[in-house]
Amino acid sequence: MLSALLVMALGAVVLGAALGFAAVKFRVEGDPLVEKIDSILPQTQCGQCGFPGCRPYAEAIAKGDADINQCPPGGDEGVRKLADLLGREFKPLSGEHGIEKPKSTAVIDENTCIGCTLCLQACPVDAIVGAAKQMHTVIAAQCTGCELCLEPCPVDCISMQPIAESVENWKWKYPVFELARGSA
Amino acid sequence: MSRKLFSFHGGVKPAYNKEASLTEPIGIAPLPAEFVIPLHQSVGGPPHALVKAGQQVKKGQLIGGPDGNVSSAVHASTSGIVKAVEPRLMPHTSGLSALCVVIEPDGKDEWIEHAPIPWRSMSPGEVRDALRDAGVVGLGGAVFPSHLKVNPGKQGHLDTLVINGAECEPFITCDDMQMRERSEGIIKGAAILRDLTQAGQVLIGVEDNKPDAIAAMRATVERLKAERIEIVAVPTRYPAGGAKQLIRVLTGIEVPHGRRSTDYGVQCFNTGTAHAIHDALELGQPMISRIVTVAGNVERPRNFEVRFGTPMKDVVALCGAKPDTDRIIMGGPMMGYRMPDDSVPVVKATNCILVGSKALFPPPPPEMPCIRCGECAKACPSDLQPFEMYWFSRAKLFGKAQEYHLFDCIECGCCAYVCGSHIPLVDYFRFAKSEIWARENEKAAADGARERYEFRLAREERDKAEKAAKLAAKAAETKAKLAAAGNAEDEKNKNLIADAVARAEAQKATTSEGKPRAD
Repeated sequence: MLSALLVMALGAVVLGAALGFAAVKFRVEGDPLVEKIDSILPQTQCGQCGFPGCRPYAEAIAKGDADINQCPPGGDEGVRKLADLLGREFKPLSGEHGIEKPKSTAVIDENTCIGCTLCLQACPVDAIVGAAKQMHTVIAAQCTGCELCLEPCPVDCISMQPIAESVENWKWKYPVFELARGSA
Repeated sequence: MSRKLFSFHGGVKPAYNKEASLTEPIGIAPLPAEFVIPLHQSVGGPPHALVKAGQQVKKGQLIGGPDGNVSSAVHASTSGIVKAVEPRLMPHTSGLSALCVVIEPDGKDEWIEHAPIPWRSMSPGEVRDALRDAGVVGLGGAVFPSHLKVNPGKQGHLDTLVINGAECEPFITCDDMQMRERSEGIIKGAAILRDLTQAGQVLIGVEDNKPDAIAAMRATVERLKAERIEIVAVPTRYPAGGAKQLIRVLTGIEVPHGRRSTDYGVQCFNTGTAHAIHDALELGQPMISRIVTVAGNVERPRNFEVRFGTPMKDVVALCGAKPDTDRIIMGGPMMGYRMPDDSVPVVKATNCILVGSKALFPPPPPEMPCIRCGECAKACPSDLQPFEMYWFSRAKLFGKAQEYHLFDCIECGCCAYVCGSHIPLVDYFRFAKSEIWARENEKAAADGARERYEFRLAREERDKAEKAAKLAAKAAETKAKLAAAGNAEDEKNKNLIADAVARAEAQKATTSEGKPRAD
């Protein structure tokens, strides 16, 4: 009787120690689900979802505080990917957070820019270069098109320009064939 | 002496239609009224324009400087005046425009000063730079910058250098004619490549439907006494001219998925590229022209040496397009691309201008459902399963398509050729590939944005901490100063009080002494 109790107690202690050790040793930093959601989000950091950046939104989705259709830059395709990941139903973008727009980049009209640095401070991804009383310019390749620089500009010299299709970024279209006349 | 040859999987035997353009020697296309030379003609970064409108240029002058190492230079095709540097319609299926240098020839066709490059006394890196600056790119059709391929690989030397003269695509005869008429340049170029890559042997593979080319090449090898160079006739089967397929046929080596042929001591160049490398190094002439087959729906199919930038319609006019012509295809019927217009210029990738009509290439019958007969898998020279890749590409399940090695597809068109349901399989694969590329670019951009955003947050945090520390230090300093000042004040006040008390005491004493009490 006593030996059985001892064996069980010993077993419990050993296994408990092993589990405790594993919990410390193999601790996963952060929430892996948040990472997965974050990697689907477009990283524009635009805040249109109502959260201050993509990661906070990912955290809110993971916690269940936010819906999956609040990210206009990700578009319907982004919602679809989130739905796939989380095993939920697809739903169209909620209108209140904005609509999906063609991909654009900010362009500074360099003749009007007064060098106030307000847009530099607003840019979440450091894609604008410039200094006080020096002309600013947008690094087009790094601009996420979040539009956060438009509002602070006191002289309205920033505009959003859609990215033009070029030979380099042109994509083959989905194959279609003409239906015979009359059958359509 | 016969060499043991190997075989590749699949392949098809389409009608070759090559004889018509082989009846006349290579012609020289005359200078057009205006050259439209696209700056971006090769794989890699787009070169930057080095000339401005109004500038005088000479033949062979650098007009587009390479952008980094994975890029290739572009040169003026003749002497004349730069009329504009502006976007013009590109020889590309999209029908989009890109930056071109427009040159009006002055008729003198005057070379810029050039001299042979002493490549034998140069380091491999210098030779590669020279080839890049001469604008030499692969002329087989893929226009990959050749300087990146003139590389002996990890082991320091190649076992086998393969020179690709197979030219398996129907209608195209430019390599055939070049081998017949200009074999000396090709063999000399192959010898240069052999020395640059320290190749143990050079195998020039030519399909056995080109006996004249094989004979001419063999005669030249004899005459030049070129060492370790052998002309090998390979069985005629499309696509024997694919780099991996020809390597397989000649050496038996099958380059696995995701590896390079140089990992196995083999490298492959086109015959035209070998000729261009000879011209660039031995004559110092940059690449400004190539041989182009004009075939299909024309009265007199023929090969021409055409300068880059010549409008395709000028070249087609030399052969007389038949009245029912309705399209221009760059390349052959299997892998070619339909051009948006006949005004687009001939570029480094233009091996053939195929003139088409409804009668010559009737529209395909409507696409029918895939019955999974597996004929496409039997025909695929890359050992892929096109019917699976088709299914996933069609359903836009790109991850799955990639699992079936979509990117090993060479777009040869064998699968679509044999498809009983007339499914344009290659169109689906091209669609899926470009979607996957676009997504990968987007993903890379998003990852970059995330990194910069996180860095920015960290920087803001650090700035805040630094500011707080600075403020705290300042506050402590002020406090200390105040405290010190306060102490001094206290001392002064104390002294004043003490003085006052002393004075009061003294006064008290004198009054009590001199003045008797009132009572």
